[in-house]
Amino acid sequence: MVATFEPKSEYKVIGTRPIRHDGLDKVTGRAIYGADIKLPSMIWGAILRSPHAHARIKSIDTSAAEAMDGVHAVVTNADLPQAGDKMVDLGEGVTNLKWAVDNILASDKALYAGHAVAGVAAVDRYTAEEAARAIKVEYEVLRSATNVDDTIDPDMPAILEEFVGSPGAEESGHANHVKEFTHEFGDPDAALAEADHVIEGEFSLEMVHQGYIEPHNATAVWDEDGRLKIWTSTQGAFTVRQQVAAVMQMDESKIRVTPLEIGGGFGGKIPIYLEPVAAALSKKAGNVPVKIIMERRSVFEGSGPAAGGKITLKLGATKDGKIVAADSVLRMEAGGYPGSLVGASGMCIYACYNIPNMRIVGYDVLVNKPKVAAYRAPGSPQVAFAIETLVDDLCEQAGFDKWQFRRDNAAKEGTRRGDGPIFPRIGMEEVLDAAKETDHWNSDIGEASPGRVRGRGFASGYWFNVGLQSSVNLSLNNDGTVELVEGSTDIGGTRASIAMQAAETLGISAEDVNPTVVDTDTVGFTAVTGGSRVTYATGYAAYNASIEMIDKLKVRASRLWSIDEEDVQFEDGVFSSKSDSELSIGFKDLAGKLDDTGGPVTSTGSVDLEAAGGAYGTHICDLEVDPETGKTDVVRYTIVQDAGRAIHPSYVEGQMQGGAAQGIGWALNEEYYMSDDGVMSNSSYLDYRMPTSLDLPNIETVIVEVPNPVHPYGVRGVGEVPIVPPVPAVGNALKNAIGIRLRETPMNAGRIVAALDS
Amino acid sequence: MHPFAYEAPTTIEGAVAVLDKHGDRARPIAGGTDVLVQARANRWDLDAIVDVKNIPELTQISHYPDGSVSIGAATPCYQIYEDQKIRDSFPGIIDAVEMIGGIQIQSRAALGGNLCNSSPSADGICPLIAYNAVCHIAGPGGDDDHRDVAVEDFCTGPGSNVLGRGEILVSMVLPAPGDNFGAAYERFIPRNEMDIAVAGAGVSVKLSSDGSTFEAARVALAAVAPVPLVVPAAEAALIGNAVSDDVIEAAAQAAGAAATPIADMRGTIEQRKHLSAVLTRRMINKSVERARG
Repeated sequence: MVATFEPKSEYKVIGTRPIRHDGLDKVTGRAIYGADIKLPSMIWGAILRSPHAHARIKSIDTSAAEAMDGVHAVVTNADLPQAGDKMVDLGEGVTNLKWAVDNILASDKALYAGHAVAGVAAVDRYTAEEAARAIKVEYEVLRSATNVDDTIDPDMPAILEEFVGSPGAEESGHANHVKEFTHEFGDPDAALAEADHVIEGEFSLEMVHQGYIEPHNATAVWDEDGRLKIWTSTQGAFTVRQQVAAVMQMDESKIRVTPLEIGGGFGGKIPIYLEPVAAALSKKAGNVPVKIIMERRSVFEGSGPAAGGKITLKLGATKDGKIVAADSVLRMEAGGYPGSLVGASGMCIYACYNIPNMRIVGYDVLVNKPKVAAYRAPGSPQVAFAIETLVDDLCEQAGFDKWQFRRDNAAKEGTRRGDGPIFPRIGMEEVLDAAKETDHWNSDIGEASPGRVRGRGFASGYWFNVGLQSSVNLSLNNDGTVELVEGSTDIGGTRASIAMQAAETLGISAEDVNPTVVDTDTVGFTAVTGGSRVTYATGYAAYNASIEMIDKLKVRASRLWSIDEEDVQFEDGVFSSKSDSELSIGFKDLAGKLDDTGGPVTSTGSVDLEAAGGAYGTHICDLEVDPETGKTDVVRYTIVQDAGRAIHPSYVEGQMQGGAAQGIGWALNEEYYMSDDGVMSNSSYLDYRMPTSLDLPNIETVIVEVPNPVHPYGVRGVGEVPIVPPVPAVGNALKNAIGIRLRETPMNAGRIVAALDS
Repeated sequence: MHPFAYEAPTTIEGAVAVLDKHGDRARPIAGGTDVLVQARANRWDLDAIVDVKNIPELTQISHYPDGSVSIGAATPCYQIYEDQKIRDSFPGIIDAVEMIGGIQIQSRAALGGNLCNSSPSADGICPLIAYNAVCHIAGPGGDDDHRDVAVEDFCTGPGSNVLGRGEILVSMVLPAPGDNFGAAYERFIPRNEMDIAVAGAGVSVKLSSDGSTFEAARVALAAVAPVPLVVPAAEAALIGNAVSDDVIEAAAQAAGAAATPIADMRGTIEQRKHLSAVLTRRMINKSVERARG
């Protein structure tokens, strides 16, 4: 039974904007990031990577590297525990352990250009890099494919032999094209046949990267007693522990992971890449600490971007503007190993609408590109591009008002999501209503610069958010301040949002709670910072710990006053007797009397949450286009989003703006541009064209609050859904501006000019 | 990248000696915004980098009575765009030095470095060609070892140029533009800063005293050929003809036709040819505007 809560309208701490607890250290450069770690006797590691997109590794000769001055150790896949045919669950469902190990260091085959093949540890970084270049690898280059069409060519060899003859591959006809699911409800074929308006489209997206500024890093050392200690920038210390334990085939309890400050993750810092290599090098070098930092090119080529792919979608509607059916096929690129997150795409594609007859078929497509990882609402922006584009086109074709059509078909409590679940209370309708009330919606689009034209578009998006497990420890200081210890790494201001929920519950100020993110030895299991779950789930754990602390303090007050525990109540930060109005004491004063009433007070909170409460957003985009050059500029942009309850509105707004910025980059310019032989050509921030501050307007935000009934403060996750609507919102604005409909990303200048020319 | 020496000579002779000693295992460095990135990417196998910023001749801007100007090869972009006389007389150069990289980059990056890096997409080279600039080069043969090479003849391929062993670019000399002269440079990038040209056009025109006719013209294109591309056909389409949309369009089309770009992550062949024409037309118009004051 899931507990439900009645929303309160007034709070003392929640909804305010205190300075974040970690802010001063960050703006003064004192915060410790992965690159800052220095340990006694520490040496440096470097990674040799495959220059080939698809190649059999015939031999690896490390002798020249080992002979170099200053080199302490060289490792290859052979130095890692051999996986055999073990299956493991690393948080994304059961997978083949060999794939997890091989993605760390390739064994028999390199599956993408940039695939790690060997590691070296040496006295300094440059010596390690030079030694890595001295390793001789004999490759047999195989035919490679870096897109959906090429990889299912009958002559393209299987990227992973394990799929040859597998049921999913049998059904699709190619080992690189594995069918994952079919979700079907009602009778989509009949409904489409009978629909008054039918529209269909094929959409194509290039792979994109999260683009965090801080590269991956790891430092590892073995204790004399065989414990492995790791320092790394990660979205989850416990998930690093779990993955390293699987790859190194050791007990999780023998590993301590210390999470450092993280310079961006967006989902990409959930998988491990360097940790087992650093650990293997440390062991081989005599248990000295080994530190590895990826260079930028390797971050692009060797970490986990977001899936590109191909989506076909067909929509049918009645002449009265009701959607009657939808049918889609999703072919999402997984990279060299399975895991495109097509399942999440299937959960999201129809989630904005009430669609009575539907089908979704999902394929995981192996290509010779890096293994896909989570990227902010993984799988949802791609399918939002398809449906929100096609909804716009359907409205134009049938003469429906684009807002009214969306409002009439909006998902609400009781609507069935494409993959089966029935929605609880959600805020899609409220978000659409609020979008129509924004200043942006009600303002003229303005005059374009000479020679240019402007257009406006809007689109909506959904992300389901997750709950999972979190733990929080509290300890009360004698001055009434509270130490809050948590396991959720802070990538978006969550120290503040968790501390604020504790403070609200305890009746003290946000500044009186001191949040600290700690290592895996020091707090209970806490799942990854992902799924927009931290403010929701870890905040819930902080609430539970705070309730436990209040209960303990009620006992202390009863002892102080020699009355029954049941006679003590707590309200607005004050403990008092229900029966004797003379007896009352503030939280801080009571904290000063712990010595007299039984000693220290500590408390813990742990949660394991299933229901998360999905979130919706609607974005409005004004785009200016130079039809002669294809140059685009987003001139105005507004985000409307349901936050459930905004704990710290500034960080909610920051998440909304950041997500939109990434989505706008995805829409207009970002892509993995692959050479004919399967190498990423633009693996630098010079040519991987993320928007800079000069490429974006000040993004306006409107927070809608439809409290989440299963959270004590009504929180819904906010971090991911803002990246979902931008791609179609920008595309719809482009269509409005120049009349050209692009169904592929990036919608860059070259494509715009080519479309205008034809 | 392996350890290399850092040399910082204070004279041209000193720099030439070090460069001559190491040959292609040494690179001169001004702002370092290209060389350091390339060194880290193992493009060079270096024994030494030779910092030329301590050599007075390479960091000076000299204005001469006849209206010409000499810009030291290592002069950073910001010093150029903060020089009021260059702003007044050579606005086409200002177009380029204000757009290379971003503000931080412009504080280090040198116009001469942009030329010596010899990238086809360099923003600094086409406007130098438009102003008929000449490179002043010193060599290892002592005081008498100098030669002058027109900027349009300087680059020989992507990343390569006429500099031989021990030679160093000292300065670029821009002749006085004279009356009724205008020049401009523009590039296309998908973003608004911190990007490399998909295509660029540097143009200059000299008009008749009444402003009605093209008497001289230069048209140079960036990022559409192995070297910054001078387009004689576009120049010929202008020279001797009346200033009109048709004449300008003919020159623009000639530029588009002359472009021989490659397709890469920055743009397609069709896009670059198209942009060559569009940018040439725009820069001719802007040059005419400037020429007419």
